[in-house]
Parts: sequence; structure tokens; C-alpha cells
Amino acid sequence: MLTRRVIPCLDVDHGRVVKGVSFVDIRDAGDPAELAAFYNAEGADELVFLDITASSDARNTMVDVVEKVSSEVFIPLTVGGGIRSVDDMRKMLEAGADKVSVNSAAVANPRLVEDCAKEFGSQCVVLAMDVKRVDDPILGNFEKYGEVPAEALFQIVTHGGRRPTALDAVKWAKLATESGAGELLVTSMDTDGQKSGYDNELLRVISRAVTVPVIASGGAGQLDHFYDALVEGKSDAVLAASLFHFGELRVSEVKSYLAERGIPVREV
Amino acid sequence: MTENYNNPRIVVLNTRAANVHSVEKALRKVGADPVVTSDPAELASADAAVLPGVGASDAVMKALNTLKMVEPVKEFAASGKPLLCVCVGLQVLFESSEEGELAGLGLVEGTVQLIPTGMTDDLGFAMKVPHMGWNEVQFTEDEENRNRLFRGIPQGSHFYFVHSYRCVPDKRAEIAATTNYGVEICAAIAQGNVVGTQFHPEKSGEVGLQIYKNFLDLAATMSSSPNGTK
Repeated sequence: MLTRRVIPCLDVDHGRVVKGVSFVDIRDAGDPAELAAFYNAEGADELVFLDITASSDARNTMVDVVEKVSSEVFIPLTVGGGIRSVDDMRKMLEAGADKVSVNSAAVANPRLVEDCAKEFGSQCVVLAMDVKRVDDPILGNFEKYGEVPAEALFQIVTHGGRRPTALDAVKWAKLATESGAGELLVTSMDTDGQKSGYDNELLRVISRAVTVPVIASGGAGQLDHFYDALVEGKSDAVLAASLFHFGELRVSEVKSYLAERGIPVREV
Repeated sequence: MTENYNNPRIVVLNTRAANVHSVEKALRKVGADPVVTSDPAELASADAAVLPGVGASDAVMKALNTLKMVEPVKEFAASGKPLLCVCVGLQVLFESSEEGELAGLGLVEGTVQLIPTGMTDDLGFAMKVPHMGWNEVQFTEDEENRNRLFRGIPQGSHFYFVHSYRCVPDKRAEIAATTNYGVEICAAIAQGNVVGTQFHPEKSGEVGLQIYKNFLDLAATMSSSPNGTK
């Protein structure tokens, strides 16, 4: 049976992992390759590296990171952050990324997903979407994506949640997958960092709206949150960052917990 | 060009597919020194070759046609030297695919079909297409009877898959491994020296690297055999 995936996410700034794992005996908690190897040994099914480097001149540092990690660790590697063009994506794929995620740039340029999918195939293209619940949706006509339904519950925000858009999350998910996104990384900006659980309602409506796998992100704080995101949220994979980095939970614990409750996982 | 017993010439065919570099890195990790190339002459002089592929079968066939590699790949397969085909590299071994317009290499008889959509698994999860993630692989033979590339790998190991189409060979005996995704999925084909995996060994952790290790060992025997190459 296809297993559900557990995915640690690492933020990289100028080639160094920020919030690096602080609870185990690791020589250099900021070294991406060393952390990748650690998570691989813990049973991580995939890794996501997010480049949070603000300056574009440091972009090539991320290419080096991807090159190094993918020479050491042989599980799927998704790279995101600052990807704005087909060429940006090509650089990451050639460096050894298996998938590349696009976020704000895809909202600004709705052809980006389609162009990347045509060039490299849908399996390489992950749409990362940052979502917020709304009481009064911002109505409007977003590019070619049409009117926002007045009953919209979830809307897309960009630039780390700072910038709202007139884009309905469910509609965006459908359109991006029709344009060629092969996977969705869905982050709730309401639950992110709260450790109170994923937004399972959001995950469920997105997952039901599309045929591609959905990765749950934002809000994991304890073991049952992962289970709920899979069972209630109908997600295909669960992602967490600081929870793993600070050792509050280990990837291996999450997988054992899920396995005990009948969720198929890959045990290492 | 140096002849080296310990260092067989392994070629990774550059089909412009996104996993070419991952395959190269996995081979390096197990101690090989592969050459990534789209030169038919390099292929002809190799001890072993890998045909990678992701994305669409037409993209891989288009690359092989453009590079004038179709006949050289067929000749290589007929030479008896190890040829490992990965993912879409496996699918293009067939005569045709439901996915594409271009004819495949026709080295394996059978069809490549879209994985049925709209199924749910025992837990009520929607079975999405693409089939993406780690799935459990059952080899059709016991350890000692398996193709050499699959030795030393526990039955039921998980491998990483990403695909929307599945291979259905006419001869069941050519299926070396299966996995289940609502329907039976052919996870690997073995036809003597020609082996194909639907999963990505270069992305399947230790068990995947074991396949590349076996492949390197096999290539080394070709390079040392008097009738092997050159």
C-alpha cells in the first residue's frame, strides 16, 4: 500500500540551515547536508529545503546546497523559495532537486506553473500555497482566474502572509493543477506556528478539489495532529519544521505513532 | 581511454530528463565513475548503461530520436551488456504508450496504460494519479533466483514511485517485481541484461543504492570478462 509521507522542512539562509537541529549530537547544526543525512536516518520520506535568503545575489549559494545534499542523501528533495522563472527551476533541478516549489511568483505570473510543467513535467512542479481564512473575502477578478465566490472561506496570501490577494484558495488549487502543478504544499497561515494542529478543513476541501497529492503544512504540535491531517484532512503527506528541529518530536516517533494507528508508513 | 578492472565504464544516457543527475550521483555514491553523455559512440564502448527518464514518454523518445540514439540503444540491449532503465526509461522499452504518440523502443512486448483513476484504498483514501510516494515492492522470485540487480534487498522493501502510467508486459514472466495501487503495478521488468524499474532507485534510500551497487558489480564483471567489451 502507498505510504503516507512525513517530511521535515528546513529553512536555509545564505547556505546555512536556520533553526538547525539542536537536540542531537550533530557537529554542525547549520550544515544542510549533515541535517539532511540526520533526517534521512530518522526515516524522513522526503526533504523540503526553503531558501529564505532575501538577497538575490546569494541565490547561487542555494544551488551549492542542493548540489551537496543531493550527492549525500538519496531521497526526494524539494527546493523552494525565490523561484521566479523556468531558468530558476532548471538550475535547481540540474543541481539535484527532484521537485521545485513555486509560491508568490506563480500568483504574480499565472503562466509560470504551466511553463515549468511543460519544460520539466508536472512531477517536478510543486505549487506552494499560503492560505488564510477570511470572513469577508476580498472580491475581485484575479487575472484570468475569474471572480472570487462571495462564499469563499479561504484565500491566498503571498510574501509570507503579508500580502492578501483576491484569489480563492480552492479555485487556485484547481487552476494550478490544471496548469500542470503535480503536487500542492498547503500552508495555513492561521495555524502556522500555533502548534494547535493543521487546518484540516482547509486540507480536506483542497484535497477533494484536486487529483494530485496534497502536503499538509502549518500547525503541527503533537502526534495526533499528524494523524488528523491525514485522516480528517485527507492529506497525502505531512510536513513540519521547527517541531522536528527543536526535537519536540522526532520523525521516527511520528511514523511509529501513525503505524500503530493503521496508517501505512515506510519504516526504516 | 584507460581499461580498468575496478572501474567499469558506465554511461548515463542524457535524455534531458530531470533525473539524469540524480542517477549520476547515486552511481558516484556507490563508487562508480559514470559518464553522462548523449554520444552514441560513448554508449557503444560502455560496459553498462542507464537510461533515465521522468515526465512524459514522448519527451524521452523525442530526445532519443533527436540524438540518433534509438538504434544504438537497441544494439546495446542486444549486446548482452547491462542496461538499467528507470521510470519513463522503462516505459519507453515498450512498443507504445497510451500517453504518447511516438513509438517506443519495442524491446518489451506489451502496453503502457494509464493507472485507473477514482479508486479509494482500504482506509478510504482517494488513490490519486500520479502514484507518488513510497510503496511496498514484492519481488516475483526468491533471492537466489532473482535478477542480480535485485539481490540483497528484503522482500517488501519500500521504493519511491512517481508515475501516472503503468507497464503491462505480455509475458508475465518478465515481471521481476510488483507493487499494489488498487491495481497491480509492474514495479520492475527483467529480461536478462535489460532491467527496468518503475520506481526511482536513485531516490529510494539504501535499498535503491543497493540496486546501483549491484549494477556496478555486474558492470565490473563485464569489464573484466574477455568477451565482455571492446
